[in-house]
Amino acid sequence: MQYILNVIFAILLLVGIGYFASNVRKLIRNIKLGINVDRSDNKSLRFKHMAKIALGQTKMVRRPIAGFLHIIVYIGFIIINIEVLEIIIDGLFGTHRIFAPLGSIYNYLIGSFEILAFLVIIAIVAFWLRRNAIKIKRFLSAEMKGWPKSDGNIILYFEIVLMFLFLTMNAADYQLQLLGANHYVKAGAFPISSWLILPFIDNLSETTLIIIERGAWWLHIIGILIFLNYLYFSKHLHILLAFPNTYFANLKPTGALNNLEAVTKEVKLMMDPEADPFATPVDDAESNETPVKFGASDVQDLNWVQLLNAYTCTECGRCTSACPANLTGKKLSPRKIMMDTRDRLEEVGKNIDANKGEFKEDGKQLLGDYITPEELWACTTCNACVEECPVSISPLSIIIDMRRYLVMEQSAAPTELNNMMSNIENNGAPWPYNQMDRLNWKDE
Amino acid sequence: MSEELKVPTMADCMAAGKQPEVLFWVGSAGSYDDRAKKITKAFVKILNKANVDFAVLGTEESSTGDIAKRAGNEFLFQMQAVMNIEILNAYEVKKIVTCDPHSFNCLKNEYPSLGGEYEVVHHTQFIENLIQLGRLNFEGETLKDKRITFHDPCYLGRSNNEYSAPRNVLGATKANIVEMKRHKQTALCCGAGGAQMFKEPEKGNVDINILRTEDALETKPNIIATGCPYCNTMITDGVKFKEKEAEVSVLDIAEIIVKSMNL
Repeated sequence: MQYILNVIFAILLLVGIGYFASNVRKLIRNIKLGINVDRSDNKSLRFKHMAKIALGQTKMVRRPIAGFLHIIVYIGFIIINIEVLEIIIDGLFGTHRIFAPLGSIYNYLIGSFEILAFLVIIAIVAFWLRRNAIKIKRFLSAEMKGWPKSDGNIILYFEIVLMFLFLTMNAADYQLQLLGANHYVKAGAFPISSWLILPFIDNLSETTLIIIERGAWWLHIIGILIFLNYLYFSKHLHILLAFPNTYFANLKPTGALNNLEAVTKEVKLMMDPEADPFATPVDDAESNETPVKFGASDVQDLNWVQLLNAYTCTECGRCTSACPANLTGKKLSPRKIMMDTRDRLEEVGKNIDANKGEFKEDGKQLLGDYITPEELWACTTCNACVEECPVSISPLSIIIDMRRYLVMEQSAAPTELNNMMSNIENNGAPWPYNQMDRLNWKDE
Repeated sequence: MSEELKVPTMADCMAAGKQPEVLFWVGSAGSYDDRAKKITKAFVKILNKANVDFAVLGTEESSTGDIAKRAGNEFLFQMQAVMNIEILNAYEVKKIVTCDPHSFNCLKNEYPSLGGEYEVVHHTQFIENLIQLGRLNFEGETLKDKRITFHDPCYLGRSNNEYSAPRNVLGATKANIVEMKRHKQTALCCGAGGAQMFKEPEKGNVDINILRTEDALETKPNIIATGCPYCNTMITDGVKFKEKEAEVSVLDIAEIIVKSMNL
């Protein structure tokens, strides 16, 4: 009997981790659909950035209430995962509380897990209230209707159920230890479950307690495996991707936009007095490449860091709540830019899966079908969204790349901007003034 | 007064065989916009007062291309950049100062990979340095009883992490510096960035500059200090909209220094 349970456990573990791994492969493939950008420089600085922002949560605490609650859940989940290690070993080898011989250290561990689990429960209740009862503006935006709202709540339900299963398992175990049941060695300290759960089960029979203990144990680990696999379909991916995302983040001053190399080539050619304007393109290896597209109209035109950004976004909405365009009632929401990018990327990924590894034109694109020019033109490029993001996402870089497409591929800038640009072209200033008058201020 | 301004051009300097210590990049707004020209002149007064050996490009200066770049026109930006870099490099320019954070950001961060590497400073950083070196003396206490609130320009603050220079310079006037609830990293944009200055805003329920002006007015200031010609225009419009122009003036930090030193 014991043997069969171990096999079942091993199979569950394999299926759970296997399915997750296959989704991770898909995720990496989708991210690699983006164009290349080199982020292999400054390794030590990148590690520091990641340690500070993802590990150290320094940006989270800028909003103290949400930041504090988040740190509780974050620490809780990291530390309680040590318990998962024990559960996996026990499950595979049929042991019970394999780490129990650690003695007082073990008691401290289990005791602190319990306290953390309790704090996590409190934090989750607070989070749920913030999302559902207290009308916090950033959780009520248009893009948060439907699935994104449910997603946020489902994550909280998962977490609270896992915490209660953990505490129930401990309470039943503790009671079984007190009753001197077989296999239930005296180990662990139960500062929370002994009063939160125990009073409800302390007069049950040994058999019932074993069923409760085993039931909670199995449900807890199955729950964790389901939750793990839920990540790929959820905004909750940030618990993993926050780390690579901060590592590969842009480390230059946020005001610096990249200079498009393809444009540099063309400009150099135009400025080169030696170049023959009527020359036919040389038919070398280079010209066999598909002509570069300026800017981005779809996810494949974005770079892989921008696509990683999209998967990392956890839809907290700090960006949107600081965006001057959004604050003044315009359609632009930096969070929506990230959500749209991910949704479209997923759609492209599914298309590739359905068409044997090749993308089949579906008549849709990120620009227009997901993100409208009205949103893009409302941006002031103020970098508030970039500054706010707790995991170093840049919605601004996507906005700029899409503006580039609108302007350079479609000549679809607002009329006033076209006037401004032709002024710069003709007389080197955004207004229609003569360049020869540039120094007139001196004598006025 | 204006006839006293000494504004040498790079061409003059070259003809005289001199290399000025710093190039003053005036920028398009500073050259043509009536309000911004006053800022330009105020800064020149400071440069003259501190005997700074500077020059301007004058008619050889052209738009940095920053606005075009942010509007998505990378071609136009790079054309402008390449032309400007050719001129700057021909004059062997090493150091640039500008009153416009957009030019500052563009010259500092976006020109280097196109071949234009210079030490670029914002005028508030430059003035801070002059004060530290003792090249500007503050005897007058004209602004001692004034309340001043500073509006961080996005391209100086968030984009380039410079929050202290403008505050240090304002501090030298002995005025009472008060902060808006959104300041430094969380400062709200004036609404002009990203080429918004040159177009009508998208449909919304309020204009950004009004929202920002409300932030500023909450501090009950006598002066709203700016460090960017575009911010100055936006906040000035906001103050007019709120009908507060009789009580509150909107001044660039360079103008505030001129006022405080009675230049």
